[in-house]
Amino acid sequence: MAGNAIGAAQAAPAPDERAVRRGEQIYARCAACHAIESNRTGPQHCGLFGRRAGTAPGFSGYSKALRDSKIVWNARSLDHFLQDPMKAVPGTAMGYAGVKDPQERADLIAWLSVATRTGQSCTPSQ
Amino acid sequence: MNPSFFLPPTQIFQGRRRALALSGAVLSASAVALLGGRDAMAAGKKASHSDTASDVRILNTALGAELEAIAAYQVGAESGLLTSGVLPVAVAFQGHHKAHADALAATVKKLGGQPVTAKAKYAFPVEKLKTQADVLQFAAGLEKGAVSAYLGAVPVFGDRALAQVAASILGDEAMHWAVLRQVLGESPVPAAFMA
Repeated sequence: MAGNAIGAAQAAPAPDERAVRRGEQIYARCAACHAIESNRTGPQHCGLFGRRAGTAPGFSGYSKALRDSKIVWNARSLDHFLQDPMKAVPGTAMGYAGVKDPQERADLIAWLSVATRTGQSCTPSQ
Repeated sequence: MNPSFFLPPTQIFQGRRRALALSGAVLSASAVALLGGRDAMAAGKKASHSDTASDVRILNTALGAELEAIAAYQVGAESGLLTSGVLPVAVAFQGHHKAHADALAATVKKLGGQPVTAKAKYAFPVEKLKTQADVLQFAAGLEKGAVSAYLGAVPVFGDRALAQVAASILGDEAMHWAVLRQVLGESPVPAAFMA
């Protein structure tokens, strides 16, 4: 059992394809400020998972609050932040009410987990 | 049903061009900017520093996106891919974004903030813009994103008059999106609600 648990932790299950497709549609809501492979009003998302908040390559528009937050982006931290960014990190520049529906957040995170894989799905800009 | 819903895209754009000359029933940028801070003044109270700072951050984020949209429409206008019927409308939409940016920057200043400025360079996917449809699809994506961004900003302004400003801009972005979708041959209003 312990071996299985370790194995499961090491190899995260592939996201459900339908969730990923739904998540791609939800990501369109982010398109005023974000892109996967380029820094815009908001930072690029390529390489998001495992990255410390406030450290996207080449992006200088972070709030001090996010830079100081010590958040490392993963499914759990994204779920918390995306629910209410301004409550999760008071002072964030992301003036957005959040994605309130838990299923929509899960779908969006599923899409991000696929679309932001550096070297597989995307190449970060510098 | 209104037969104008079924006009071919070219006629829709010609109609839009005529309408542009009759657009007096809209708020000017300065009028929109005047709305900012109205809540606090009307209530005879001073907004808290943290509320104002938060509002300035939201406004500046929106301003950054508007400045990018202005640059994006410039890329489209200079692409040589837009027909003579489409180009003036794209330029008009760019003018709307300029008006939004002016209003947002004026409001940021009014609240004691420093408005963000346009970047020296934007990373647009120009290599993917091969046809008019590509340009319009790109613009439609930005407009839809803008609708969602303003929709997400409306509830979080401390000053409710600023929410009104954001909603006013949201309506304009939604009209842009609908027109672009119509020209692309897509349903201009695909759903009853936006998210």
